Amino acid sequence: MNFGFNDEQQEIKATAKSFAQSRFKPDVVRKQVESEPGGFDEAVWKELSELGWAGIAVSEEHGGQGLGMVELVILCEELGYAVAPTPFLANACAGLALEWAGSDEQKAAHLGGIATGEARGAVGSPDVFLDAEGAAVPIVFDEDGARILDPNSVTFDKLDLIDETRGYSEPSSVDGEALTGDLDAASGRMSVAVAAELTGIAQRAMDMAVEYAKERHQFERPIGAYQAVSHRCADMLYAVEEARSLTYYAAWAADEEPDSLALAASMAKARAADAAWEVAKSSIQVHGGIGFTWEHDLHFLLKRARASGQLFGSSSAHRERVAGLIGMAA
Amino acid sequence: MDLTLTADEEAFRDEVRTWLADNNPGPEPDGDDSAKFEFQRTWQRTMHDAGWAGVAWPKEYGGRGASLLEQTIFYAEMARAKVPRPANILGLVMGGPVVMAHGDESQKERFLEPILSAEEIWCQGFSEPESGSDLASLKTKAVKVEGGWEVTGQKVWTTLGHIAKWCMLVARSDFDAPKHKGLTYFICDMEQDGIEVRPLVQITGEAEFNEVFFEGAFVPDENVMGGVGNGWMVAITTLMNERAGLGASAAVGLQNDLENLIELINERGLGSDPILRQKIAALKMGTEALSLGAMRSLSQQIKTGIPGPEGSVAKLQWGSINQEMTELATEILGPAALGKDSDWGYKMLRSRANSIEGGTSEVLKNIIAERVLGLPKLR
Repeated sequence: MNFGFNDEQQEIKATAKSFAQSRFKPDVVRKQVESEPGGFDEAVWKELSELGWAGIAVSEEHGGQGLGMVELVILCEELGYAVAPTPFLANACAGLALEWAGSDEQKAAHLGGIATGEARGAVGSPDVFLDAEGAAVPIVFDEDGARILDPNSVTFDKLDLIDETRGYSEPSSVDGEALTGDLDAASGRMSVAVAAELTGIAQRAMDMAVEYAKERHQFERPIGAYQAVSHRCADMLYAVEEARSLTYYAAWAADEEPDSLALAASMAKARAADAAWEVAKSSIQVHGGIGFTWEHDLHFLLKRARASGQLFGSSSAHRERVAGLIGMAA
Repeated sequence: MDLTLTADEEAFRDEVRTWLADNNPGPEPDGDDSAKFEFQRTWQRTMHDAGWAGVAWPKEYGGRGASLLEQTIFYAEMARAKVPRPANILGLVMGGPVVMAHGDESQKERFLEPILSAEEIWCQGFSEPESGSDLASLKTKAVKVEGGWEVTGQKVWTTLGHIAKWCMLVARSDFDAPKHKGLTYFICDMEQDGIEVRPLVQITGEAEFNEVFFEGAFVPDENVMGGVGNGWMVAITTLMNERAGLGASAAVGLQNDLENLIELINERGLGSDPILRQKIAALKMGTEALSLGAMRSLSQQIKTGIPGPEGSVAKLQWGSINQEMTELATEILGPAALGKDSDWGYKMLRSRANSIEGGTSEVLKNIIAERVLGLPKLR
């Protein structure tokens, strides 16, 4: 038993952290949002893809790295920490959808481009897609299943959502070619990827609160010396660590114990979504007035936490699923 | 990352599981406290005879020398098998470790074996009526006399005080020194005239704890632990032992209770209630997060020697889940669950102490804020 990263995973984490924090510095994120909300820097996407990350969880036979959910989760968490404007999550989720629910022909046709990042994938529901503009493989999930939309016939109308660190849009049509494989295996993994992003957001919002509580003085003391503030920060750690434990476990379960994935994924998604929201809003409270200003970066985290938290099922929906899976009679 | 047990770890778990299945003495007898205690004492002897009582103790002191992970497996298996707790629990998890860490050879020789065999029961004399969270402010006085020390003062929340042979007693031996520096850690013989033990009845109606009054009680010099004036440092070791390794077995206990609660809900035809479903799912997630966090922290400790930050929230998690679960159970069962002899009613009342005993939630949050997050000290 070793519930920690191995050496290779540690290395991926270190690289991901330094890449995310150097390419998506706070002023870069702000500039992107203010100049082209919902957009991203193609050059950085290319760079990220050349590191092999676009295809990290795509199988080797389809041109990916063939690594698992644990490795993917490491990247999602670090990119979440940076609130990176990048189509990484959308592309990775499309890869998971094809890998786990696609036919051999569908995999052969689409996974290669997803793995190199040159023919990006995107996922969404009939009312909202993630980073679908310019995507070659948009995949819709709804109550009837999942389908690959034809990028030449579908158009995406940009949605102006509160979260402007990512592109959101509505598809003009949801007709397409069905994915007929194991959709639960795909959507469970997609939920885990989002949970990891949310865990990263929660960690960042906590780090910012703690840092500010050490620096900001009122009544001649750092505000972090007051228990009303310090206990708020301790509660943040509680939330962040619960989210992280459940997310890492779900990633491991996806790779090594798939029978546990459905329960693990819903627990992770629900907890991480709530943690990101709780910590982001609590961090604004610790910051006081400055945290409510546009000029401070916290609102990017708060908005992403809210938007990502509702992707692939709300926390209530995931808890409902957990209840059924642990034996509550319907 | 690998959450499965290795072949060796699995073999250890199977050995524990088999032994517990073969030797489980069954549920504790109802009613009489002394009968219950004797039952636990017999159980500890059974464990000791098979070498399990001191599972975490080094072999040279009569323990099993199990690794950190093996200890965790052992405690989790005990919780899973629902075996009673050993009688001399404070001696095993606190007294013994302190003697091993700070005692001299003759103290080790004198005290350790009777802890393992439950022949001599240990209790803890730390808290005082005026010194709870601010333990270092304690006022029980130790005055130097010929051949030893004379102790006068009052301790409270002393589990097993009425049965114990030895008390881990922290008293003020120097009133002129700064508050953390004037303390000494004694091992005090409870069987003497200068000590009076009175049961402290708690909100459940039972008396798990005692008040202990010292009126010139004598402690010989050879029972000073870790040197005169070092009491605070020695006591801290004890408290850290109390908090270590709680998470995994606590989570197993919560999981057992949660399964019972789900069964109860289903029996009453309430399984489809959407609000109950949300609450039960949240309890499950909290329980899993506690268990997983304990394993993450343990993995970090095995690798680096320092437990991960996840472990620092374990006691908060356990207390709040247990309180929420017992509240929910009594809500579902209605007034009938509040019978004085009802299991959930008892558990609900007892759980109120979970956020106080072993460090209040407020003190634990101070510790997390200062030591884990590096926030400035309040004082």
